[in-house]
Amino acid sequence: MARFLARRLAHAVPLLFIVSALVFLLIHLAPGGPLAIYLSNPNVRPEDIERLRHALGLDRPLWNQYWSWLAAFVQGDWGYSFSDGRPVASRILERVPATLELVSASLGCALALTMPIGVWSAVRRGRWFDRLATLASMIGLSLPAFWFGLLLQMIFALALGWLPSSGRATPGTNAFGDHLQHLLMPAAVLAAVLASSWSRYLRGAMIEVIGQPFVLAAEARGVPEARVILRHALANALGPLVAIVTVDAALLVSGAVVTESVFAWPGLGSLFTEALARRDYSVLMALLMLSSAAVILFNVAADALHAAIDPRVTT
Amino acid sequence: MTRLPAIVLVCLIGAAVAAPRLAPYAPDQIDLSSRRSPPTAAHWFGTDELGRDVLARVLFGARISLAVGLLSAVVAGASGIAIGGVAGYAGGAADAVLMRFTDGVLSIPRLPLLMIAAVVLQPSVALLILLIGLVGWMETARVVRAEFGSLRGREFVESARASGAGHVRVLARHLLPNAARAVAVSLTLAVARGILIESALSFFGVGVRPPQASWGNMLYQAQASLGSEPWLALAPGVFIVMTTVAVNLAGDRLAAR
Repeated sequence: MARFLARRLAHAVPLLFIVSALVFLLIHLAPGGPLAIYLSNPNVRPEDIERLRHALGLDRPLWNQYWSWLAAFVQGDWGYSFSDGRPVASRILERVPATLELVSASLGCALALTMPIGVWSAVRRGRWFDRLATLASMIGLSLPAFWFGLLLQMIFALALGWLPSSGRATPGTNAFGDHLQHLLMPAAVLAAVLASSWSRYLRGAMIEVIGQPFVLAAEARGVPEARVILRHALANALGPLVAIVTVDAALLVSGAVVTESVFAWPGLGSLFTEALARRDYSVLMALLMLSSAAVILFNVAADALHAAIDPRVTT
Repeated sequence: MTRLPAIVLVCLIGAAVAAPRLAPYAPDQIDLSSRRSPPTAAHWFGTDELGRDVLARVLFGARISLAVGLLSAVVAGASGIAIGGVAGYAGGAADAVLMRFTDGVLSIPRLPLLMIAAVVLQPSVALLILLIGLVGWMETARVVRAEFGSLRGREFVESARASGAGHVRVLARHLLPNAARAVAVSLTLAVARGILIESALSFFGVGVRPPQASWGNMLYQAQASLGSEPWLALAPGVFIVMTTVAVNLAGDRLAAR
């Protein structure tokens, strides 16, 4: 296992270099570069821009700039926000709890939907429940998350008035129920999207396992159907599901951009769209870099977990 | 039932092409006397805050959304076939380098990447198509690489090479037709993804810019008055979902055949 992990991590290092170079180039090759925001400001004179360019090291060769940016980034120095001058790291860290809360709630809800739907679709393959689940997941995967969010807001917040339309809590209150009401709609949007794809994976994996001789043998021995499905089949189908859930958990840093913005959920996704509106490149770059690194590292974790759960996976 | 997705798509494309004839009003015709009108006989889908007809804007928006979806898939498909094709056919070091690059691009979250690029570049619709295509080739490249990799050792390839066909000819005339099904499936997915990405970018105000109508930027404008004018958010959203579901179902059928 240790050697397997080491090999996968060694595989991840060049990926991290490629990603960091692409992210860096995206900002620096743009017209105007990182100082673009000053170019359109009539109060900033051309000689000021030249001075800034020199002071910030933007006149050095590109590879040189990339190297010092990367070295600083790895050490946790992510620069300062252009919009309020605070360290990028602290702006990001203060948003982590909200995103963690939203993402863990949605992962939990999505799993609670995925398990029964995926298992039952596979067991009753081709019957009405399976067809309904297939159609529902197709719609879930084709639905723009932001429009689904708008629909929920229109129905449950504006028409019925049952739930608050946005935010994380009513200002001035700190009640658990109020918190939960705010969490419900954004978590439902993310959970619906995740469950749509996960239930397909679980269904596929279950169908594959159910077709194998050892499941037939268990049935022939007279093991009750529920036990065959849960202990024999599901246990063997969980590996791929765990892997895909882990990969999707990388969403912790980025994937909630749309949902968080629609519901004004004060997490990393909203930070991203706020930074986008203000052209706050240092925040954008750090978030894009962190979310890409999360995708890469969660992929390694997914392989490791899959191998740990399923002894048939060779390490 | 099985033909339904294809019929829906043909109708949508037909409606987009014939938008100037079908639309009851011009998409940017302002009518201040009938602002914020709910759906009526004169305005089937209602009007917006400037009195513009929502049906007309949805029809003209279909041109943008479908063009972005289809053309970005063409860009993605061409790049994916080129990169995946070379990797699968050449194998060895070229394969390793190209696939590592593919993995790298694949691990950058697509929508945030495009949002930054769109803010930096302020793209026209043509540039938007190019950008969406340039971050959508990775899946096709993987599919093509896998197909070409398993085909390149086969006898018909050797026989084509032996009878004097160059590498480019072998790739285009012998390998690509054999991988056509798998490529087509990955392209339908790219079309649906392109439409969804355009709508998301425009919804965040960094994609297709008003006054030009796209389904995404209509939803962006609808967001401000969800409570009082819900019809503004319904029509464009229903059209997006209808299109992407139809494209994805068509892709499913293609894959299952």
